Amino acid sequence: MAVRDDVVNAIAAFSLFADLSGPQLEEVAHLFDESFFGQGERILRQGVSGSGFYIILEGTAGIRVDNVDRSTLKAGDYFGEISCLLGEVPVADIVAQTPLRCLVLPAAQLEGFLTAHPRIMYRLLQGEARKLKNTTKWLS
Amino acid sequence: MAELGQKPFPPGRYRLIVVGSGPGGLQLSYSLTRLGIDHAVLSDDPAPGGMFRRWPVFQRMLSWTKPFAGVEHHERAYERYDWNSLLADDQVNRAVMPALMDGTSYFPSRPEMQKGLETFAQRTGIRVRFGCRWESTKEIPSPAVGGGQGGGRDFVLATSEGEYRAPVVVFAVGVAHPYRPPIPGLESVPHYGDFRPVETYKDRRVFIVGKQNSGFEIATGLLPWARQLVLASPSPAKLSVITHTLVGVRARYVQPYEDAALAGGVVILDTTIEEVIRDGAGYRVRTRNAAGRELTVPVDDVIAATGFVTPLRDLPALGVATFGQSRLPAQTPYWESATVPGIFFAGTITQGAAGLKKHGIPSNSGAVQGYRYNARVLARHLAETKFGVPAMRERIDAAALVPYLLEQVSHGPELWHQRGYLARVINLDRETGITNEGVLPLQSFLDSGRSDAVAVSLESNGQGNPYPVVYVRKEGSIAEHAMAPDPLLDFSGAEYREELRSLLEPVLSGAASPA
Repeated sequence: MAVRDDVVNAIAAFSLFADLSGPQLEEVAHLFDESFFGQGERILRQGVSGSGFYIILEGTAGIRVDNVDRSTLKAGDYFGEISCLLGEVPVADIVAQTPLRCLVLPAAQLEGFLTAHPRIMYRLLQGEARKLKNTTKWLS
Repeated sequence: MAELGQKPFPPGRYRLIVVGSGPGGLQLSYSLTRLGIDHAVLSDDPAPGGMFRRWPVFQRMLSWTKPFAGVEHHERAYERYDWNSLLADDQVNRAVMPALMDGTSYFPSRPEMQKGLETFAQRTGIRVRFGCRWESTKEIPSPAVGGGQGGGRDFVLATSEGEYRAPVVVFAVGVAHPYRPPIPGLESVPHYGDFRPVETYKDRRVFIVGKQNSGFEIATGLLPWARQLVLASPSPAKLSVITHTLVGVRARYVQPYEDAALAGGVVILDTTIEEVIRDGAGYRVRTRNAAGRELTVPVDDVIAATGFVTPLRDLPALGVATFGQSRLPAQTPYWESATVPGIFFAGTITQGAAGLKKHGIPSNSGAVQGYRYNARVLARHLAETKFGVPAMRERIDAAALVPYLLEQVSHGPELWHQRGYLARVINLDRETGITNEGVLPLQSFLDSGRSDAVAVSLESNGQGNPYPVVYVRKEGSIAEHAMAPDPLLDFSGAEYREELRSLLEPVLSGAASPA
C-alpha cells in the first residue's frame, strides 16, 4: 500500500533518516509500503521465509524467540534487517503488542536501497553496532 | 430480482447487512445465500456493478477473460483463465463473461463487464435494495440479548431510506473516492474521474500527477491527441512485467514509457511536485527532485491521477483503524476490522488485509479475480462463527491425499489467483482422521490451530514462475517446504508426487485412517 502523506513528517524524526533533506525524505518514503497489524498479530514468523525490512511508525512490537518474549520495539525502531541481509529465515517472531503501523521494504530491495542511500546504510550500521554492543553486555 | 415497484429489505433489524452492489457485494451475497444465511444488501447505486458502471475512463478492463483455455467454461478450473466472472457453485451460472464478449480483445470492455455483473445478479436472483444510501453509523447495545450474535451490540446504519440495525455489517463500498495529496494548488485541478472527452486535449500540453495505472491509462489514451505529456511523482514507476505482480503499470499502458524512452513527446519525471500555479488559461507546475534540482513546467492541463481512498464515512470515528494512502481499513486475515469486531469488509477493500506478503508480494485481493474468493471464504467464515452453520468437511483417503493436493496447486483457481494469501488446508487429526478443511487464509493457518495438518499454497518471489509451498504442522510446530517452479506450471509429475509423499509421511503415519 502506498504510504499516507503524514509519513514524511513521521520519519524525519527517526535516527535512520537523520541525514536526509525534505525531497530525499519524500523520495525514500514513497519507496516503502505501509502496513498495519492488529494487536497480537504476528508480523514475522520464526522459521518462515519471505521476510522484509520493517520500520515502526506507531505502536510497539515484541521480539519473541521460541515463545519467550525478549524485548520491545517502538516507533523509529526497525526489524527484519538481519534476515534480509543474510537471506535467511527470521530467528524470532515479531508480534504487535499494540495496533502497529509500519513501513516495509521487501528483502530483495534492501541491498539496492542501502547502496543508493549510503547515509542510511551508515545509520543502519550504527544501529546494528548498538545491538551487538547490548548483546555483548548481556552475554558478559 | 425483486418485482418492480417492490423494494426488498425495508428498514429494520437484520442479523447481517452487506453494503454495496459491486462485484464484492454481489459475490458475498451469492455465497451467503448458497449457505442459507439470511442477510440484507443495501446500495446507493441504481443497479449492480459498482465502479464498473463508470470506470475505467477509457472503457476497457485491465483483467482478462481468456476464451480458449483447454477446459470447458463451466468447469471450476476455467476460473483460472477468467478473471472477470463471479463465482457460482452451479455450472449453469459459471463463466458469465466469455459469452458476453465480442471477441475483439481478451480484456472485456467496461460495458461488457457491467453487463456480466448484471447478468450474474439477475440469473442467481441476488436481491439488493438499490437507491439506499448509507449515511452514518453508530453502535448501540443489542436489543436481542442472548439472541444477539455480535457480542451483544448492534451497529445502526442511518440511510436515505431509514434506520437499519445488525450485529454484523460487511462494507463492500470500493476504493474509488478521488484522493489528492496536500500539494498547494492541486486541490483545484481535475482528478482522474473528471477526465474530459479526449478530443478536448487536442494539441495541448498535459501534466499528469501520478505514475500508477490511472495516470498511465490517461497518458496512453492521450498519445494521439496531446502535444506533450508529462508524468511525475516522487518515486520511479514500477512495471507489472518486472514485479511479476499486479503492482506496477500494466503492459497495456506501457506505451507512454516507450515513447519517453525513445524521446518522443512524453516526459517521465521522478520528482516531488511542490506547487501547481494557475497561469492565465494554463498552469505552471513547480517540481524539485531528490538531488535538489528545481524545474518549473508550463502546461495547458493538469490531471491528478493521485489515487483513491476508501469511502468509510464515519467508521474511523467508531474506531475502525485505517492506513496507507488509500485509507484502507486494517483487517484480520478474515477481513474483520482489526480494531472494531463485527465490522467486516468485502471487495477491493480486502486488499487492506495484507496476509504474509512474503517477499513483498501482495495478494490479488484488490482485483475481482482475487477478492471473489475472499468473499466466498468470508461467507463460510460468517456462517460458521456468527450463525452456527458449520461447513462440510469431507474425509479424504490417505492414499488420495498427494494427488489431490497436487491437483489443487496445479489447477485450483483459489490458489492461483490468491497466491500467498489463500491455502488449501487438510486436517490430519489423530482423533477425527483426514478431513478437507477447505480454502482458508494462509495466515490464519500459520497463526492459529494446533492439530497436525498440512496446507498448500502457490507463491511467488517476484522473480520467476510461481511454485507450490507446503506447510506441515506436527505437534504444534510448522515446517515450510518450497517446491521447485515448473516451466509449464504443472505440478502433477512424478518428482512432485515423490517430494510431497515424503513430506507428508511423518504426519500421515500418525493420522487415523478413515473408517
